[in-house]
Amino acid sequence: MTTNGKTPLVEAVHLRKYFPIKAGLLQREVARVHAVDDVSIEVFEGETLGLVGESGCGKSTFGRTMVRLLEPTDGDVRFEGQSIAALGARALRPLRREMQMVFQDPYASLNPRKRVGSIIGGPLKIHGIGDAKERRRRVQELLEIVGLSPEHFNRFPHEFSGGQRQRIGVARALALRPKLIVADEPVSALDVSIQAQMINLLEELQDEFSLTYVFIAHDLGVVRHVSDRIAVMYLGKLVELSPAQELYERPIMPYTEALLSAVPIPDPDLSAQRERIVLEGDVPSPIDPPSGCRFHPRCRYASEICSQVEPPLTDYGNGHLAACHHPLNVDAETLARVTAAPETPAAADEAALPKDTSGESRPVPEP
Amino acid sequence: MAEQLLDVEDLKVRFRTEDGIVRAVDGVSFALERGKVLGIVGESGSGKSVTAMTILGLTRGVNASFEGAVKYRGENLLRKSEAELRRFRGNEIAMIFQDPMTSLNPVYRVGAQICEVITTHEDVGKVVARRRAVQLLRQVGIPNPERRVDDYPHQFSGGMRQRAMIAMALANNPDILIADEPTTALDVTIQAQIIELIDKLKDDFNSSVILITHDLGVVAEIADDIAVMYAGRIVEYGSTRDIFYDPQHPYTWGLLGSIPRLDEARPEKLHSISGAPPSLINLPRGCKFRPRCPHAFDKCIEEPGLESRVEDPGHLDRCWLPVDEKRNLRELTIHSGRSEAA
Repeated sequence: MTTNGKTPLVEAVHLRKYFPIKAGLLQREVARVHAVDDVSIEVFEGETLGLVGESGCGKSTFGRTMVRLLEPTDGDVRFEGQSIAALGARALRPLRREMQMVFQDPYASLNPRKRVGSIIGGPLKIHGIGDAKERRRRVQELLEIVGLSPEHFNRFPHEFSGGQRQRIGVARALALRPKLIVADEPVSALDVSIQAQMINLLEELQDEFSLTYVFIAHDLGVVRHVSDRIAVMYLGKLVELSPAQELYERPIMPYTEALLSAVPIPDPDLSAQRERIVLEGDVPSPIDPPSGCRFHPRCRYASEICSQVEPPLTDYGNGHLAACHHPLNVDAETLARVTAAPETPAAADEAALPKDTSGESRPVPEP
Repeated sequence: MAEQLLDVEDLKVRFRTEDGIVRAVDGVSFALERGKVLGIVGESGSGKSVTAMTILGLTRGVNASFEGAVKYRGENLLRKSEAELRRFRGNEIAMIFQDPMTSLNPVYRVGAQICEVITTHEDVGKVVARRRAVQLLRQVGIPNPERRVDDYPHQFSGGMRQRAMIAMALANNPDILIADEPTTALDVTIQAQIIELIDKLKDDFNSSVILITHDLGVVAEIADDIAVMYAGRIVEYGSTRDIFYDPQHPYTWGLLGSIPRLDEARPEKLHSISGAPPSLINLPRGCKFRPRCPHAFDKCIEEPGLESRVEDPGHLDRCWLPVDEKRNLRELTIHSGRSEAA
């Protein structure tokens, strides 16, 4: 991993989150949903890490576990070097100010019976910041920052449109001047024209308050626009991690390639020219994930090894990691010097570094 | 000339509410030929779904009033009684809804729900209907249909449910398939499967498709013609090439510019359309896009008609700007990525 002298603000270390499935009279655990399975990612100060994948791949669970809204099953989360996975509620409280979330649905994430002032001022009150008058001033300031009017202080959420509500959600997240904001699909419920406003706002705020974002989304266009680095998840595993631009130009994991090729292009000619890889079937169940590489049942390059050995997260240089036995867009020279990244899951066979370039079929169509 | 299946003429749909009259659709006209795909694009509240549902008479209610005509093979569907309409619904014109989770009945087996569609419109026995249901499920790409036909909807994934919905819609070989945001609730990989499926089945069944979406990328792939709707009216209408390569309305430019695109270099800032769509109860005077339009001028206080202002007579728009000026202005919005938002 290239750290470039940067320090990680928050890092997940072999993080796991399983949800038990209980049945019977004694509520015995009969199975587990492997939502996040041994994922290690560092998020650096001031960057935006995009997190993409299909629904059910564990990206939301990962985001929530990172800010300790969910208890990790195993592994660690470090915030500014301090382990927070085992902290109790009281010890965690000061850290809560540093990590905030913006949720997907602006209709469900604001209490309909509270006024905007008390929604945005809620975090301030909980953390005992200022008296009522100061809090009011701060809330009005926040309303202005997110592009609403200070007069909206006394209104209820239902008086606002979807885009405006999402701005309220952002104002609430900003109230405590956090360092990290985990935004879980913050624009997917909004109309395209409003989406662009929201993305621009989030970028402005990042510059102004030097925020670090973990941006979870399924829209690869949006993710490329906002992210510095992008992590691709599949069935609870981190399968590729790369600088944003490079991921789109040179995907290594076949899943990423397929995901990119499925994004519709708003241009009829380009759209007709492009070869599209249509993935057959659905994402398998995370209760009983496939053996070896979890993508192998849907992968067009899969060979015998893929179903038997879990591929290690391989470092292809320039901070580009991928877990695949048949990497794409990699030349033989690079392949000769690849190493297993320290983020490799414990279950993977580190010796099984990719040697085969038969998958190096074609580069993704150049934009 | 191909057979004209549907002709919507100056359709107006209004709903009386406590707050006033909502002009959901305000003078929409278009025609649909056999074998064609018409894309209707717009934001929420632009009237695209109400237009589609009105074609099937699904917006009728005590507070709704209609004007204009929806002519299916010359017959005005707006004048039909509920009983008469039932002959068309699901049989001649079928609809697929956005959310496959809520549009299937959770307590009936998938197969039973498809059979119901078949036996409602045709005098066939249970055995035949079931055989047809299995065959339909196979056509829409459900693996192992003989077994899956007896599954309940919760046993299907999102993509499979949408396939089952499509199977149901195609059960009676309809002339027109209306798909209202068929892929919005699905992942991109599944979206690609469904779009490909609709495109293929349209040919297999020799149907026409009205595809309603907010995603310009989706219509770019399969639509022949596109209608861009805003505030209950069509603001631009033309072939897919017209809309993407020679867009005439600033709202269309705004939509094209606000999509973060994978096929182009990343712009510093996304173009965003300032403000929000107008209230349909209290519409602005003149051009409905005027309050959000960065190019608005004096004349826009008068509403422009939907007419052809370019060389191509089939390409219609509602904008007063001179064509030359538009062709100069639009690049800034669509490709520069510079925001003109306030």
